[in-house]
Amino acid sequence: MDVLRRNNVKVVGNPAGRSMLFAHGFGCDQHMWRFVAPAFEDRYQTVLFDYVGAGGSESAAYDPARYGTLDGYARDVLDICQALDVDDVVMVGHSVSAMIAVLAAAEAPDRFGALVLIGPSPRYTDDDDGYVGGFTSEDIEGLLASLDSNYLGWSATTAPVIMGNPDRPALGAELTSSFCRADPEIQKRFARATFLSDNRKDLARVTAPALVLQCSDDVLAPDSVGAYVHEHLAGSRFVKLQATGHCPNLSAPQETIDAIAAFLDSESGTRPCP
Amino acid sequence: MSVEEASPDGGFYTALLEDDAEELYDNAPCGYLSALPDGTVAKANATFLGWTGYDRDDLVGRRRFQDLLAPGHRIYYETHVAPLLRMQGHVREIAVDVVCRSGARLPVLVNSVLKQDDAGAPMMVRTAIFDATERRAYELELLSARRRAEESETRATALARTLQSTFVPPEILTVPGLDVGGAYRPAGDGSEVGGDFYDVFETGRGAWGVVLGDVCGKGAAAAIVTALARYTMRAEALRTPYPSAVLAGLHEVLVRYHPDRFCTALFAVLEPAAEGIRITGASGGHHLPICLRADGTFEAIGETGMILGMLDTPVLTDATAILRPGDVVVLYTDGVTEARRKGEFFDDERLCAVIAGAAGAGAQGIADSIVAAVLDFQAGNARDDVAVVVLKVQPNVDPIA
Repeated sequence: MDVLRRNNVKVVGNPAGRSMLFAHGFGCDQHMWRFVAPAFEDRYQTVLFDYVGAGGSESAAYDPARYGTLDGYARDVLDICQALDVDDVVMVGHSVSAMIAVLAAAEAPDRFGALVLIGPSPRYTDDDDGYVGGFTSEDIEGLLASLDSNYLGWSATTAPVIMGNPDRPALGAELTSSFCRADPEIQKRFARATFLSDNRKDLARVTAPALVLQCSDDVLAPDSVGAYVHEHLAGSRFVKLQATGHCPNLSAPQETIDAIAAFLDSESGTRPCP
Repeated sequence: MSVEEASPDGGFYTALLEDDAEELYDNAPCGYLSALPDGTVAKANATFLGWTGYDRDDLVGRRRFQDLLAPGHRIYYETHVAPLLRMQGHVREIAVDVVCRSGARLPVLVNSVLKQDDAGAPMMVRTAIFDATERRAYELELLSARRRAEESETRATALARTLQSTFVPPEILTVPGLDVGGAYRPAGDGSEVGGDFYDVFETGRGAWGVVLGDVCGKGAAAAIVTALARYTMRAEALRTPYPSAVLAGLHEVLVRYHPDRFCTALFAVLEPAAEGIRITGASGGHHLPICLRADGTFEAIGETGMILGMLDTPVLTDATAILRPGDVVVLYTDGVTEARRKGEFFDDERLCAVIAGAAGAGAQGIADSIVAAVLDFQAGNARDDVAVVVLKVQPNVDPIA
């Protein structure tokens, strides 16, 4: 099996630089990093990929048992690191990929030098023990229903035309066909794996230095959840962004880039020389 | 309505004057929202406020559009819609539920356009909202119909598999001196019952009967005949020691009760003999069993008779052979030799090659190798059922007779 093809892996940037792996969240694909990843290409070897079932991945490789939990997605990440033979990786995980990064780093601590967690949540649903994730399991059923409704709604529409600005490079045609569009059955399974998981105990297993990037007014990962992650990730750093919503990598790319770069500069300054 | 018709009472001009831009905006037949790039409502029309029960002051500068959605739909909006809107500049026909001031839910369809400045930076989002209550109800019906269809398909497949499993013995009987194996693979995904069957049973005279057959057709109607054929042969085998008579009995039953169905079948009786095992068999229009002798030569056993269940009384002949230690006998249905790949048949030569290659294995191993080779030949997707029974004479048969 060719992992690099299976996960549609794209390696660019500085081949001599430290590897920086960008992992997209639930719902979209590697194009999510379009405004952020290029800023790191001069110093880092940047790696982009799609999880199996998303974007340009090989959907035929989708195995419901493997991807029934986030561990299967963490396995994808470890497969990619192994295929590229990289270590001391900076893994940048957005949304659910923040917890996938936690799982991967807990599983193979030697692979990862630092984690950047954007909008992390170790558990999206509230728990009887007083933990507030922000959602109930009925809310998650509502999400699954809306995936169904929108599959019906979109199945009939043709590929949308890009409303490009001539000064901006047009987004490729492949984007319109894959971005935020995946097999609804796979999406629903990914949604269940994401929103019904509980990774609070996994936070303590991480030893790599980590940055928690918290957005303002993020309905998916409220401030209290970001604070929880910071508190339970030993030695992590917490930065609150001005950016609102759940996707600062799209809505406030520069602020996101600056925060990541500042963390990496200070973090690499404290690392022992090779 | 034409101008001429409308003009006499002045209605046409009144309509033109009444429907100015502001009037159109507020009372358009769709909800209309303008928002900052982060979703914060900057402007809302009267239609939207009327539908949702909110006051303008509840929303403007205070709430984001996504805050008005049902929680699950909010997740969908943040993970799918907002990124798509930012990336491609618009979204169309997004189905979400807006939570009204009363707490009631309003199913809507949403189209949004992102207005960007010359540098491509987002400036504002314009959103048109359509009441989709009835459409959504219809879609939910479609969805539940699809779900029901998927469920009944699953049930039908399970039923077909269960039914089919009664056509082959769950575990093959132990026959003294013989190693016996059997394998069956349904056509395609196994969602339809096929007509292949086999059986191994004791006939009550210190002998054992082996059956393998193929009822024409597929589905429930063929399944009834397949079950009947299997039990008829068991009953006939207790009545008569002659395989040809067993097949003739099956023929009578088919002609009487299922004149539209016919069947091919092999029936063989196995008995211990001084030199090894005596096999006496007859074929009702079925491929003769292939025997690989311990010395490496192949031969067909028996004589081909006529197909069962047609109007004419079939001519059926019993033939006897002696099987010696190491000999392998293979009974198979046409799903094996008539398996096709681009117009080419699997055929006897390939079958013999597989048997020769696997002859060192046990009977079950040989049967499994044949089915695997046939499947492989058809790239994993069998077009017809495949059934195989393998008999292998064990090295040290106690001479009884």
